[in-house]
Amino acid sequence: MSAETSPKHYVKIWAILVVLLILSVLGPMLGIKLVTLLTAFGIAIVKATMVANHFMHLNIEKKYISYLLIGMVLMVFLFVGGTSPDVLMPEGQHWEKQVIEQPVELDHGGHE
Amino acid sequence: MHQPIATTRSATGIPTGRLAVWWVIASEIVIFGGLLGSYVMYRLLHDAWSIEAANTHTLAGATNTFVLLTSSLFVVLGHHAAEHGDGKKAFRYLWLTILGGFIFLIIKSIEWTGEIHHGFVMTKSLFWAFYYTAAGLHALHVIAGMVIMAIISFDTIKNKNLHRVELIGIYWHFVDIVWIFLFPLLYIAK
Repeated sequence: MSAETSPKHYVKIWAILVVLLILSVLGPMLGIKLVTLLTAFGIAIVKATMVANHFMHLNIEKKYISYLLIGMVLMVFLFVGGTSPDVLMPEGQHWEKQVIEQPVELDHGGHE
Repeated sequence: MHQPIATTRSATGIPTGRLAVWWVIASEIVIFGGLLGSYVMYRLLHDAWSIEAANTHTLAGATNTFVLLTSSLFVVLGHHAAEHGDGKKAFRYLWLTILGGFIFLIIKSIEWTGEIHHGFVMTKSLFWAFYYTAAGLHALHVIAGMVIMAIISFDTIKNKNLHRVELIGIYWHFVDIVWIFLFPLLYIAK
């Protein structure tokens, strides 16, 4: 039995994932934007990579599966990158936004 | 006994059944990626969404992340048991994973009930439309995974088609990964 596919190894990976989850919740409590980005989103990337490599066994799967999945992620970046100017900019070369979206109202009735 | 092609053929170096699951996941990346990418674009456009996001329940989201991570551990342990020919143990782990899915859905139901009760319904604003669409689509995938796992488990306990435990496991881990990204987007970035 390979060390990377033993129950002990899986429990170790799970424990690391739980510690990372706790860090990703505590980090943003400091209220520093950079720390929030690193702890929330940076840790999410680390956690996802760990699940993919150690639980889905991508690290020992045929390489072309990784290329297939990374290719799909790049395609999403291409789609989002291509449409983002239309969403984020108020006007372009031959167009301008006709509808101005209203800001949301403050709501103090939330439950956390 | 006749074996299905998905079990016996591996023209690409990977059993066809597993290759099919990878293709499903590849298509799911585009579905969830498009949804989350759109959310991020609008989130960058509307600073005020942080006020809306402040109404999501971080503890519920974090608990659900823990539940899904733990259920991922159970299903990979089930896969390990199946690889060693222990169908009964794999069956138990599959049902522990299904239990994880149930707990996830119960927490989500309680959370949504509270939010709807406070007036945060899908039509309130674009933020809540994204919130319910993304979390709802994810929850549908959780339900689908639970149903497939339950069906597979009845063969598993008879030591039949044990390779399917790995196939549903790969899918379940992907559902876990989607939640890993939904959690900071919907619950942390306030």
